[in-house]
Amino acid sequence: MNEFKGRTLSWQLVNGAIELALHRDPCNEIGSLTLEELEKFAQSLPGLGNEAQALIIHSTMKAGFSAGADLRELFQRGQEMEKAAALRGVRDFLQRIHGVMNALDAAPLTTIAAVHGVTFGGGFELALVCDIMIADRMARFCFPELRLGLIPGFGGIPRLKRDLGNAVVRDLLLTGRSFNVMKAQQVGLVSQIAAEGEALRVARATASQVGKFDRHTAAAAKAFVKPIPYDELKREIDIFCELYSRPAVAEGLRKFVANQGVQPYLP
Amino acid sequence: MSAPTIDHTLDEILNLAASHFKVPREKLTPDDDFFKTLGIDSLQALDLLTRLEHHFRIELPDYELQGVSDFRTLANRIQARL
Repeated sequence: MNEFKGRTLSWQLVNGAIELALHRDPCNEIGSLTLEELEKFAQSLPGLGNEAQALIIHSTMKAGFSAGADLRELFQRGQEMEKAAALRGVRDFLQRIHGVMNALDAAPLTTIAAVHGVTFGGGFELALVCDIMIADRMARFCFPELRLGLIPGFGGIPRLKRDLGNAVVRDLLLTGRSFNVMKAQQVGLVSQIAAEGEALRVARATASQVGKFDRHTAAAAKAFVKPIPYDELKREIDIFCELYSRPAVAEGLRKFVANQGVQPYLP
Repeated sequence: MSAPTIDHTLDEILNLAASHFKVPREKLTPDDDFFKTLGIDSLQALDLLTRLEHHFRIELPDYELQGVSDFRTLANRIQARL
């Protein structure tokens, strides 16, 4: 399927690159519908990969790339089900999203995340699976999960460890703070900074450049330098599920969802 | 080169906020609640924080903004990083 228009995302082939656009209002929160459409994309990827050299993932929502997991849906499901069923549901969701993330991580294309604005939690994790991250100067990154009594559950910790020094990983995880694109480039997360609103244009230029090289060689180089930490990814799911069971998490989610004020995304 | 004064820092914050959020500069005062006066939410507050970090060439962890809602206190936080 070379083209798809979904409710939360769409994709199309543009000049030799697959462009996957996220467009779920307000900021691409990743819930069950986004997961279904991402799975559809992951299933289509082998076929699409025959037509393209690169994949660009970007967002058309003004607020940013993605604010992360749909916490309202997570809270709602927890309220509607008895505890054991809710936990099974969470584990199932995580295993499915990991399946998507791993497929993207292993894709034999060069993958480029073109990010802007809020790139938090699960959204940050989606950007981390890509080979190259291009951010506009208003991009802001965060793993806020600790604020809810959780850890990143979509593969963020093993992938962050793959890319960054452990001291930086500890700072980000244990403070739950957000940081800007200058810091992100300084620590080695972001490879290019674009002017505000220009991340996609810069990503397209980069995709055009990577498209000049032999695909087999590029895929071999990528597999060599970017191993996928499968064991740690599985362990992350287990730790997340252990933490999810705690009453503090239910309370943290309840407070986030109930917050009608202006500050839910501030620490 | 010495750091600017707190009044200068405050003035720059007010100018930047007014310009970006398209609010008349004369309507902003140092003790205003910036969420209310600018009509912004937390995502937009993060946007403002990013702009201020770029403008002042500083890194300001967002937990430093915990409980901060007025321009004067924000200026003090930024001044401490200059």
